[in-house]
Amino acid sequence: MNRKTFLNSVIGAFALGVTGFAASAQSGEPIKVGEINHYKRMAAFAEPYKQGIELALEEINADGGVLDRPLEFIFRDDQGDPGEAIKIAEELMTSEGTVMITGSILSNVGLAISSVAAEKGWVYLAAEPLADALTWSQGNPWTFRLRTSTYMQAAMLAEQAAKTDALKYATIAPNYAYGKDAVAAFKEVLTQLKPEVEFVGEQWPALFKIDAGAEVQALERSKPDAIYNVTFGPDLAKFVREGTTRGLFDGRTVYGLLSGEPEYLEPLADEAPEGWVVTGYPWYDFTEEDGANKLFVDGYQAKFDETPKLGSLVGYMTAQSIAAAISKAGSTESDAIRMAFEGLDVATPVGDITFREIDNQATMGAFVGKTMLKDGAGVMTDWTYLDGADYLPSDEEVTKLRPAE
Amino acid sequence: MGLFIAQILTGLANAGALFMVASGLSLIFGVTRVVNFAHGSFYMLGAYVGYSLMQVLPGMVGFWGAILLAGLIVGVIGVIVEICVLRPVYSAPELFQLVATFGVILVIQDLALMIWGPTDLLGPRAPGLKGVIRIMGEPVPQYDIALIIITPFVAFALWYLITKTRVGTLVRAATQDREMVGALGVNQAWLFTGVFFLGCALAGLGGALQLPKGGADLLMDFSIIGSVFVVVVIGGMGSLPGAYLAAVIISVLNVFGVTYAPQSTLVLMFVVMVIVLMFRPFGLLGKEEIAGEHGQTGEPERPIKPAGNRVRMLVTAGLVLLALLPFYSGNFAVVLVTDIMIFCLFAASLHFMLGQGGLVSFGHAAFFGGGAYAAALFVTYADTPMELALVLAPICAGLAAVVIGWVCLRSTGVYFAMLTLAFGQLLWSLAFQWGDVTGGDDGLVNIWPSDWASDNDVYYYLAFVFCIGGILLLRQAAHAPFGYAMRAARDSARQAEAMGINTKRIQWVAFTFAGIMAGLAGGLFVFSKGSIFPNELETARSFDALIVVFLGGVKTLAGGWVGGAFFEGVKDYLTRFEYWRLALGLLIIFVVILGPEGIVGSLRKAGERIGLLKTPEDAK
Amino acid sequence: MSPILSVRNLSRNFGAIKAVDDVSFDLAKGELLALIGPNGAGKSTCFNMLMGQLKPSSGTVQLMGKNIAGMQPRKIWRMGVGRTFQITATYASMTVVENVQMALMSHHKRLYSLTKFAHKLYRDEALALLDTVGMADQAERHCAVLAYGDLKRLELAVALANDPILLLMDEPTAGMAPRERIALMQLTADILDQRGISVLFTEHDMDVVFAHSHRIMVLNRGQLIADGTVDEIRNNPQVQEVYLGGGTLFKAQENAHA
Repeated sequence: MNRKTFLNSVIGAFALGVTGFAASAQSGEPIKVGEINHYKRMAAFAEPYKQGIELALEEINADGGVLDRPLEFIFRDDQGDPGEAIKIAEELMTSEGTVMITGSILSNVGLAISSVAAEKGWVYLAAEPLADALTWSQGNPWTFRLRTSTYMQAAMLAEQAAKTDALKYATIAPNYAYGKDAVAAFKEVLTQLKPEVEFVGEQWPALFKIDAGAEVQALERSKPDAIYNVTFGPDLAKFVREGTTRGLFDGRTVYGLLSGEPEYLEPLADEAPEGWVVTGYPWYDFTEEDGANKLFVDGYQAKFDETPKLGSLVGYMTAQSIAAAISKAGSTESDAIRMAFEGLDVATPVGDITFREIDNQATMGAFVGKTMLKDGAGVMTDWTYLDGADYLPSDEEVTKLRPAE
Repeated sequence: MGLFIAQILTGLANAGALFMVASGLSLIFGVTRVVNFAHGSFYMLGAYVGYSLMQVLPGMVGFWGAILLAGLIVGVIGVIVEICVLRPVYSAPELFQLVATFGVILVIQDLALMIWGPTDLLGPRAPGLKGVIRIMGEPVPQYDIALIIITPFVAFALWYLITKTRVGTLVRAATQDREMVGALGVNQAWLFTGVFFLGCALAGLGGALQLPKGGADLLMDFSIIGSVFVVVVIGGMGSLPGAYLAAVIISVLNVFGVTYAPQSTLVLMFVVMVIVLMFRPFGLLGKEEIAGEHGQTGEPERPIKPAGNRVRMLVTAGLVLLALLPFYSGNFAVVLVTDIMIFCLFAASLHFMLGQGGLVSFGHAAFFGGGAYAAALFVTYADTPMELALVLAPICAGLAAVVIGWVCLRSTGVYFAMLTLAFGQLLWSLAFQWGDVTGGDDGLVNIWPSDWASDNDVYYYLAFVFCIGGILLLRQAAHAPFGYAMRAARDSARQAEAMGINTKRIQWVAFTFAGIMAGLAGGLFVFSKGSIFPNELETARSFDALIVVFLGGVKTLAGGWVGGAFFEGVKDYLTRFEYWRLALGLLIIFVVILGPEGIVGSLRKAGERIGLLKTPEDAK
Repeated sequence: MSPILSVRNLSRNFGAIKAVDDVSFDLAKGELLALIGPNGAGKSTCFNMLMGQLKPSSGTVQLMGKNIAGMQPRKIWRMGVGRTFQITATYASMTVVENVQMALMSHHKRLYSLTKFAHKLYRDEALALLDTVGMADQAERHCAVLAYGDLKRLELAVALANDPILLLMDEPTAGMAPRERIALMQLTADILDQRGISVLFTEHDMDVVFAHSHRIMVLNRGQLIADGTVDEIRNNPQVQEVYLGGGTLFKAQENAHA
């Protein structure tokens, strides 16, 4: 059929720009990796992530590439639609000649790709999606996950919370799977560490449709000692503003999952809350002592003339992990790459991480610290980097969580 | 008591922006009969423009000036859109304009991304109104109080404009009888433009006014449009006091919902809408709405005839080509065409009830996603084999359609459409919220075909048989007495009833039949993807199908699947480009303006003009 | 011979207004009965009750001995009552013959059939009906482009599709040119003769009424004030009074007939 040629002629006039990373010249055919993401729908998160990948690719290819071949990513937009993502995965793996798939920010898209990857025998590195299900209840041998999972980050905050005197907690989380997972994990770990705590209120605003004034009133009504916040993006901005205006945060510690990530903290500018205990990414504080962290931040700023987000770091580490896996595999066969990912060690800006054999989860950790205002912008202070390996359930529990292979 | 009052005040403050956007939408609909999907986009533009202005204009005067200017600027943008995009298609079939507004949404999304970038912008706070005042001990933000005062003021000004001025008289006259305005010697085109200006300016004003309570981001357009439609419908389409009343009711109820039933946040307003429409089918203060009564039906629909031999041969040849696809093309083409065929069946099922029955549904995805979920649930919890699940999917979707159809068909026209939307939303929130069973938004995964059908080529043939079969069955139904009865009920319900046709029952059966076919498409979809997520139940999915039907041509038999194939094919191609939404939006607008009768209708006309097709003697 | 239609004490109130007040009459087989009256006399209300559009406040309407008062229009149709509307109601998206076929499909209870092609069903029957009203040559035309008079004739053909024993015609000649009016009523009278159908119709045009009716009833303020032959009605002083200035009209009629 000549559908394609027909479309070419019709649509040609509308083509406004092509995305794609052209590898620098090198010997051999490039090794292609398929990258599927929500570039339009979640542009604020996907762009820094993509730039992180581009930075890593530049370094890798300048360094001789992988298996003496240049490494190349093919970036495709899935509109945040799982069905679309699956179609693109199919195209990438069967007609574009990619050797594996990575990408996605949204958990549901990640789960969809993970399911098709297992069915077809393709390797999928879930870079950003946080859902615990990806490596646990819906885990499969072909899916690996890089970023610190919901459970791990919630456990880190719960540990901090357990050290305080606060007993009555209220939670606020977006009304969808990530929010629910995040609240459940926080509750689980905190109750383990400190059985006497009590959860006095739960708020579930619809994602990106928060009615902040009403949520703040409802939280205030439950009179908690401390608040656990999972909202992010525009919801977080509205919540913080209403909460601050109405004095909700006075005398209460707030634990904010991801709230310290530049993606969310920067838009708040001088209204960023002070004294929240958060997970995030304090790139501005890195000094020579932080070694690779500092190098990455400098390299990123030099190349793009903008400050890195957490997504930038994850993108960078994604490309690093994939390069490491293919090198270790010594081949671009799916099965070889999969085997290589099992127990793979990667040296990254935040230190060495391992893709665990038991559940394919990487041990990337998170920076935990307190928020404060500095020069009219929210930053993290008193932060430490916590290794992800220390915040995962016991191997025994993990085995129970994962379906038998 | 203090809390109670504070909560009411919060609700009243929230009602402000909602009312302004809703009243704009209501005004535009009342006068021009355009269901403006893009209204949320104007709200978003208001926020962005207001934000930018506040960066340059200093102080208190600057802040309020920026809000007013934002309204004016967005109004002007609305005028540009009206003149360039809508004016050429006013004479097109009813509701066709909504396709054009859909294109506008896509264009504005990408333009906003280009201009303001991807980062969320936090709105500046109102100078001098940053604190709280205490009412019975409860803190109430000063800006909330300002909003509570401003909103009735705007509402009053609007009311005055509409009821006490000459312009308002014309607007009201146009709302009731378009022809009469023409007879009064008023230039109707400019009246429409004026109303569009006012409506869009109100949306922009709403967007700018909410800045201190939020900000500007690229998802705003979609997050508000649902609520706005609900408000307009609950209040009664075209009724300003209704819009104010509904905005207040929804906002206040929402505040109490948040406090006393925190999980209800997804569905509350849709439940309220269903209840209101059950008792008042035309909204609280609305008047009866009859589709087509405003004479915006375009040229009369032509009689249908089964295809002649030449067309049949062409179609057969096309089907043979399609059937041989796996032999001459790559694997991805097979996957892509499987997707397209499934979508075409879904679109054709909506087209069947819309085209033949005149039933405009805004919630058809309920049955597509419903069928998909039914199949997935059977596989997940009962280990049902694919073969059986593919039978159960349409059955379950059909059962859902029986129930939903019974309720929705109590209303007609736009209210019917909104009820279907509400039910789609309810089903969506059920799938979304009931995580233990449906997996919530993490969906259900690992729903793969039986071994024999797991190969892409084999599954292609399976989808081919069911989708092509389904589309042909729908086409046959259109030519059969049942299809004729549907058209009879649509063309003249009075005459149909007077010749023994139970029109409501015909429509009910048609609704169910369309639901069954959509369910079949859903079943095929879930096994082709291996997973299902709530987004297949989303209103956006319903709109996809709706857009496609109009794009293909409502008043043609092939419109559904032709539009579906065109849209899916083009989208697959365009998403490879960075600004694909802009390109797709422009393409849709382009198609709409060039071919107001849809692709098939316009091709047919063109064919007749150059003598390729015979012109029916009556259509000259 | 027992009457086809027998109306007893039919009344309908709208609030305090008695739109139709205690109306009783019979319609015999083969009779062409006119219901006339000034605007607002209650003709339409009365008609709508016979057709099932309105529920009577009290009273009975018996069709062949069965009470049909308050039944839905489609049920009344199934009992053998055909009807035409004051403002034509045809299916604009179908051809002329298909409009008739639609009624035939309904009559033969084939509405839910999916297997047959509708345009082939009962085509000969439909063409025969069109022939009866003189529309056979326009059978394949698009209904939306028909002239108004043709639409009226088409409606008549449609109304005959269920082989009715009674035809209810609401102002059958409204909106037509005078010459066409006479022709249409002549056609109706002929069909009625051939088929032995009874007809009840309302009409504004006195020419039509006096030229063709067998019997005339006059309704005023909801009440029947006269019921009789053409001559009786023409000479009824009460009727003349109701139709203010109507006397001249009647005289003109007399002259025309003389």
